[in-house]
Parts: sequence; C-alpha cells; structure tokens
Amino acid sequence: MTQTNAAFAPDALVVDGVEFAHGGTAMHFDLTVKAGEWLALIGPSGAGKSTLLDLAAGFLAPERGRILIAGIDVTALSPAERPLSMVFQDNNLFAHLDAFRNVALGITPRLRVSREQRRAVEAALAAVGLEGYAARLPRQMSGGERQRVALARAFLRERPLILLDEPFAALGPALRSDMLDLLAALRQRNGAQPATVVMVTHHPEDATANADRVAYLEAGSIAAIGPTTAMLSGAADPRISHYLGMRTKNV
Amino acid sequence: MTTRTDRRIRIGLGIAAALLALGFLIGGVAALSTVGGAVPDLAALLHDPYIRAILGFTLLQAGLSTALSIILAIPFSLALHRSRISGKRLIMRLFLLPQALPVLVGALAVITIWGQNGLVSRGLAALGLPRLDVYGLTGILIAHVFFNMPLAARLVVAGLDRVPAESWKLAGQLALSPLAVFRLIEWPALRRVLPGAAALIFMLCITSFTIVLVLGGGPAATTLEIAVYQALRYDFDPGRAIGLSVIQIALTTLVLIAALRLGRDPMGGFGFGAKARRFDSPSPTRAALDGLIVVIGTLFVASPFVAILVSGLAADLARLVTEVAVRRAALTSLAVSLAAATLSLVVSILVLMAIEALRPAGRDSAGRRATRIGLETATSLVLVVSPVIIGAGWFLLLRQVTNVLAAAPYVVVAINAVMAMPFIVRIVGPALAEAQTHNGRLAESLGLTGLARLAFVDFPAMRQPLALAFAFAAALSFGDLGAIALFGSNDFSTLPYLLLQRMGSYRTADAAGLALILGAITVALMATVERGFTGSRERTA
Repeated sequence: MTQTNAAFAPDALVVDGVEFAHGGTAMHFDLTVKAGEWLALIGPSGAGKSTLLDLAAGFLAPERGRILIAGIDVTALSPAERPLSMVFQDNNLFAHLDAFRNVALGITPRLRVSREQRRAVEAALAAVGLEGYAARLPRQMSGGERQRVALARAFLRERPLILLDEPFAALGPALRSDMLDLLAALRQRNGAQPATVVMVTHHPEDATANADRVAYLEAGSIAAIGPTTAMLSGAADPRISHYLGMRTKNV
Repeated sequence: MTTRTDRRIRIGLGIAAALLALGFLIGGVAALSTVGGAVPDLAALLHDPYIRAILGFTLLQAGLSTALSIILAIPFSLALHRSRISGKRLIMRLFLLPQALPVLVGALAVITIWGQNGLVSRGLAALGLPRLDVYGLTGILIAHVFFNMPLAARLVVAGLDRVPAESWKLAGQLALSPLAVFRLIEWPALRRVLPGAAALIFMLCITSFTIVLVLGGGPAATTLEIAVYQALRYDFDPGRAIGLSVIQIALTTLVLIAALRLGRDPMGGFGFGAKARRFDSPSPTRAALDGLIVVIGTLFVASPFVAILVSGLAADLARLVTEVAVRRAALTSLAVSLAAATLSLVVSILVLMAIEALRPAGRDSAGRRATRIGLETATSLVLVVSPVIIGAGWFLLLRQVTNVLAAAPYVVVAINAVMAMPFIVRIVGPALAEAQTHNGRLAESLGLTGLARLAFVDFPAMRQPLALAFAFAAALSFGDLGAIALFGSNDFSTLPYLLLQRMGSYRTADAAGLALILGAITVALMATVERGFTGSRERTA
C-alpha cells in the first residue's frame, strides 16, 4: 500500500451500477465506501446484503456494472486477486487444522513457515487475545474464539478492505460487543489509515457504537444510506423505522 | 385415539413387519442347516483345497475390483468437481444409471464393448495387437468397475459437496494452489468417504452373482456365491451348498462390521451432487486435463449403454416382441417386480415408522434403543445373508413340503422384496426422521394420530423419497437374476432368466434385443414412477 494522505485516498470500495439476478429478484447496487470508513449493512433477510458482499469479494459475477477497490477496477478479477479479506458467519476455519495453521493460511499455504511468519502468526493470535491457543482445533474452541481466529487471519493479511458477513450473529450480546471493540482496535493500523470495514448485521445496535454510516437494503437495492445516528433514529426513512420495529414501540 | 395408542400401534406394526422379514431370512438359513443335515465344521471346510481356491478367488476379485473402482473414481470425481463444464448434473445422473441397470444387461454390454469381437478388441486387432479375452478375471473386473466406479464417484462427489461453501470461498480468497486445495479441503473430504465406499464396494463384489455367472469361466474363476448356486442347481450337493453358505455369511458379516466401523453408513449418498461453487481457478493445462479425465470416465460409463442400444436395435425386435415366451416373461417380470416393490415398501415403512415412534422427545431408555437397533438390523440383514443363500434354503425346504415350481413365484417376490429393503430404508428413512424432528412435537401437541397424522405429517415428508425408493425397488427386482436363477423354469421365467437362456444357447442377436427391451423397460419404469409421484405432488401443492 502506498502511504497517501487520507483526503486524497481513492474510495475503498465503489459498486457502480451493478446488476445481478438472484432467485427471481433483480438486484441493483450503487455504493461508495470511503477509505477508512466503517459501513454497516442492515435490512430484512433476502434484501441482498450477503449478495452485495459476495459481489464485492468476487464470489458472484455482476451481469452489468463495475466494482472498484481502492480506485482499481476489479470486476474481472478472481477473488484471490482482490485486495480484501472476508469473514463469514461460520465455517471460517478448516476443522482439521489447529488455530496456528488456520491463521498461517492467511500468509502462506505451505506446510513450512519461516521464523518471521511464525512470529507474525503468533502476534496475530495474541492481538485477538488467544495466546496459547495455537495448538487448539476449532472443535476445542468456543464460537467466539473461533471467530477471533478468523479475525486474526483476516487482519494478518493486511488488506485495506475487510468484509464481514454477520460475523458475530451466533454470539450473545456481551460477547458481540467485545468482538466489536476488538474489531475496532484491530483495524487501527499504526499511523496509516484504519482498514475499511463493510459489515452485514442483523443487530442494528452493533452499528451504533462503531459504524460511521449505515446502509439500509430492501428488495435487492440500497434503499437509504446515511450517518449512523440519523439512520437508526428512525427519522430518515419510514421503511427503516418499520424494519427496526419503532412504529409498534412508539405507539 | 390418543397419541399413546397411536404410538403403540405404530411400534406393534413395525415389530410385526420386521419379524416377518427376519423370519423369512432366518427361515432360509435355518432350512439350509435342518434340511441339509448338520452344519459342517468350518475349520474342516477351510482345509478343503477346492473351497480354499474359491474363497481365494472371491477375495481376489473383490479386492481388485474395489481397488480399481476407487483408484479410478478419485481422479474422475476430483476433476469433475473442479471443472466448470456444464452438464455436471447430467453426468451424475448418468452415473446413477448403472445401479438401476439390470446386472445381466450390463454384463452383456461389457462383452459387446470389451469382448473378443467387441469394439476394443477390433481396435487392438487393427493395430496388430492381440484381442482381449473378457472371460475370467479381466471381464469380471471390467464389469465390476463399470458398476462400482460410478457409485464410488458419486459418494466422493457427495463428500466434496458436504464441504462448507465458506471453505471454497476461503480457498479462492487465499489463492490456494491446487496442491494446497487438495491437502486442505479435498483430501480431508475424501478421507471421510473412502473407507465406507471401499467397504461397500468390496461387499457388493463379494456377493456379486450375475457378473461372475456370466463372465466367470470354470473352476478357476468361481466365487462362493456361484459355487452355492452350482452345488444346488447342477451337482445337487446340499452339504457343499451349506458349507459354502456358512463361509460366505461369515465373510460378509466381517466385511459389514468393518464397513459400519469405517464409514458412518456405507450405503448413504443418493444425491445427484456437484452443487458446490468453487473459486479456485485452474490453469489452462490443468483445466484441459480435467476435461480429458471427465470425458474418458464418462465414455467408459456411457459406452455400455450405447452398445446395448446399437446392438439391440440391430436385432429383430419386431419378432421378439410378438414372441409368446418374451411377452409372458415380460409380464411375469412386471408382476413380480411391482409385487416385490410394493411388499418391500410396505414392510420397510412400517419398520421405519416404528423406529421413529421409538425415538423419544426426552430421555432415551435402553430398551427403546435396543428395539430401534434391532429393527434397523432386521432391514439390513439381507446384506449379510445373500439372496442366493436364502433362495437355496427355501429351495431345499420347499422341495420337501410342496412342489418347488408352484411356490417359486412367491419365493422370488419375497426374496426381491427383502433385497430392496436396505435401499428403501436408506432412501426414505432420513426424510421420515427429519419430519419427526420438525413436526413431531407439533403433531403430538395437536393430538394428530392414525391416518390424519399419516396424511398430514408423514406422507408429505416421504412422498418424493418414496417414489425414488419404489422405482429403485421395482428396477432392482425387474433386473434381478439371483433369485430367479434357482427357481426359474420354462413355466416361470422372467426377462433376465430368458435373456440368460438365450445367451447360453448362443442366440446373440436375440440376447441383444432382449437386453435392450429389459434395459428400456427398467429405465422407463424408473422414470414413470418417479415422475408420477413428483407430478402428483405439484398438483396438490
């Protein structure tokens, strides 16, 4: 990564007129995420939140439109060639590999790791609070610990863009808030611009503490986007307050 | 009716049905020992050089068949799963066909392609090379690979499909090399399915009857199963038949125990597969190599079907169809297979519903668990006691009581019915178990019992697998030669039996025509039954 002044950094992610048909729903996305921004995607299931992430990551190919990451058109590139890391809701780890190997895969698929790489992996595990967990298999860890390993790998890869698809949905409220704090700390890269985060969530309160902006998706497109507090206050759009259940609460 | 009474009725009916199946199986084996005299000494038998040679060949051909099927299935399934070609599902459907194809038809097709005058031999002769001799071990191996390589491939692909979608996404994002993908994703998936698949194929090959009967040549290429049949049908030596049966049962029991220990369930995996989306991008050379492997594998499996079609159409089909013997055999086959499939389905479902009724919502008791395991075992016992052995037992028993020829149709239907039970239980069982977990508590809280529960809860869940199971059972019985080989006669003859007779008297053109008719009816049977059931579902939905 070149060290650029934040003001002139190209947008971290641009989804430009992307169209995609999914199970009978025609989806259309336009979205710009600024470098260093934290964007939360909310909306009912089937709205296209995960599809949008899969399009950005290259797991789905758009029928029309372009996708730019850090100013470079990546529409034709394979997932491996895109400068991003993705964390899923589960199955982020290979079940037969221990935590160390699972994290090490972020930098090398080889069996042998160099001393430098070993140190980096150990530091990554320490950064997520898992010192001493290197030899544990996924089945010997709790759901929260497994997601920490996944975060360790995602950040070890040092990609400027992190996509998260409901990564903490299976965790309890207290643990979820811990994980969000961890995520906020991890994305601070000493001196450089913080990593850009795009996160799908079913819990709007996950967005309140950390997200800069919230995008509300409905029926295959972004229905509204704006600053977090304004969006979640329910004043921005009646559809959002309906989704958040505010109407019934306020009556 | 209370839910408790309903539960009791279900359990009672299931136990009765299981006892019926069990009684038939055990009756056959018991008949062998009572009618034929004392059970011979196993140790003495194993010293008999003739029996040792047969046992040795049985193990040799089964071992080689299994190894070849697995070794060929691995690169094929990996290539198919990795490649981006369209028509993957079609290939997986083609790979389901050998299991529905009557074994005798498959054996004939193997001769047509690989035999002395077959396509491959003519190609070799044109190159100045010697022709292939398909009789003996070579032919048995080719035929076993034709039937079992697709089975292994489907199990492997199903195993790869069970890999979580996120793993393939990770492989794509982390830019894993093909070797790393194999090491990290494919091999662990293979390691889970291969032992079970190998054990299943080994077992199928040990008890393989038709292929060895047709392609095995003389004493040098005889298996236990064939030796039992010959001891009764030609030499009429019940003592030897019993001795061979005992060895065979001991052998299959050992293999089944190994199979159950190695794999969760050696008979699982009926999906059409190849669903996973992958993001590793193979290099052009690799993609081309994958394509080549897929094409060769598909050709190997498809060629016998083409051979049946081509040589069958060359026969005088018009005359065959009007022939009285052919018509009667076809009608007999149809009647036997529909009766066997219905019987098998009814018995299996009664047992399955009892198993579900015994599955408690709360704590399990030892008694219930034991009953469940007993019921499950009863449906699978036929895997250990092969149809030819049961047939042999009933043959010897009935000979003393009545005219074997008069009882033959009933025995054949019953044998075919128990043969299909392990398949039906494995096709329908999971759907019923799922219905129980999803709707069981709701049904009980609503007090749904008897026919209402059957109509609203159990039947909708079973309808589709039921159609597949019925079609499979009917096809299995329609093409079966094992039971009819002992009981068949000029008065009671099915299509496979007639086909075997024509092959035996070297009426090759007739045989080819009959094989086509037999194969076509089997495939049509499966297609109609499956469509009929799924179609009616759409109408009511």
